[in-house]
Amino acid sequence: MIPYQFVYRRAASLKDAEALLAGSADAKLLAGGQTLIAAMKMRLAQPSELIDISGLKELSFIRAAKDAVVIGAGAKHFEVAGSADVARAIPALARLAESIGDPAVRHMGTLGGSLANNDPAADYPAAVLALNATIKTNRRSIGADAFFTGMFSTALDDGEIITEVSFPIPERAGYAKFPNPASRYAMAGVFVAKTASGVRVAVTGAGPCVFRVPQMEAALAKNFSPGAIADIAIDAVELNSDLHGSAEYRANLVAVMAGRAVAAA
Amino acid sequence: MTVVNLTVNGKPVSEETEDRTLLVYFLRDRLGLTGTHIGCDTSQCGACVVHVNGRAVKSCTMFAAQVAGCEVTTIEGLAQDGKLHPVQEAFRENHGLQCGFCTPGMIMTAVDMIRRIPVLDRETIRAELDGNICRCTGYHNIVSSIEDAAKRIAAESKGQAA
Repeated sequence: MIPYQFVYRRAASLKDAEALLAGSADAKLLAGGQTLIAAMKMRLAQPSELIDISGLKELSFIRAAKDAVVIGAGAKHFEVAGSADVARAIPALARLAESIGDPAVRHMGTLGGSLANNDPAADYPAAVLALNATIKTNRRSIGADAFFTGMFSTALDDGEIITEVSFPIPERAGYAKFPNPASRYAMAGVFVAKTASGVRVAVTGAGPCVFRVPQMEAALAKNFSPGAIADIAIDAVELNSDLHGSAEYRANLVAVMAGRAVAAA
Repeated sequence: MTVVNLTVNGKPVSEETEDRTLLVYFLRDRLGLTGTHIGCDTSQCGACVVHVNGRAVKSCTMFAAQVAGCEVTTIEGLAQDGKLHPVQEAFRENHGLQCGFCTPGMIMTAVDMIRRIPVLDRETIRAELDGNICRCTGYHNIVSSIEDAAKRIAAESKGQAA
């Protein structure tokens, strides 16, 4: 498959990427390209220019602080999966990164790319929302609750570039997903995080966009165990229905994955 | 059009190519390295796996322009001085290929896998082969080949250290 014509440019720095983006109406940033290039090959995307930010050292880091792990937008999935700092502070996040795609995809795909794309079945949005992470861009900081605005859409403005994500370190956290047997994308993935200020439960793969489950959060705040949420039914009305599974099936998967995530935390 | 300068299988390469040329087409059509296969062309089957700077990637899902300045290794670059790579040798001896179409990708994935995880059990090998599909379904012998190759490589490096 051959994409439409475009002009490839490699950004020399974040500043350079900003200038290149500002200079073109239809340019797109290229990070790992594991979603964007596939979409371009299907001719579902037609950027006039690709601005390659994958080589930018300033976006590629993992830093552990006292109460948070800060990960550069350019950090690749295999780097997050293999990071001793992430494994120590938020092991569920390392395991989530290890579960994305396959080894070759993890060598390319990035945290920032996954979040900016906000695929309804991507893994990282669940971690960002459940851990109440903060997304830093070249212009501002955006809280997780305000970042994911809908299917494939985020609070990012034109020309805005994610630079890093700060994940507060939870007391406990767990992630469980039921992957589609062919694509490995989550049919339902649930990330649960317990902190001093309460419990957050985020669901990916089941609906058009990652979402929280307040009922489970309230129950787990009182009693952090799989039993506490065993009787909570998920409303199927707004969930996805496709050839891989009905909305009702996904609703049940969410409940099962939530229980497993709590057990794993 | 862009001139891409890179190293392929240890040799410097400089080729003009369209910006939209995918790495797999660049390798096959421009450089004649047809050992790298196009299977699904949608990043799922792994027949196109090559190494960029030592790491396995799917060459159908990156542009040739992205690897400018990089070192690319394809299946043609594994054998040295007419001697098969230990992973190739293990695939041959364990009947790790049937029709052979997926084999280049399987072997490039296996070399990367053994580099990252020198001691491999069968369960890990199967999990690591998540992104490689064999339509002959010859996985059993592929897993045996990789298990054997990991042992050969470990023995070799032990021999070198001694």
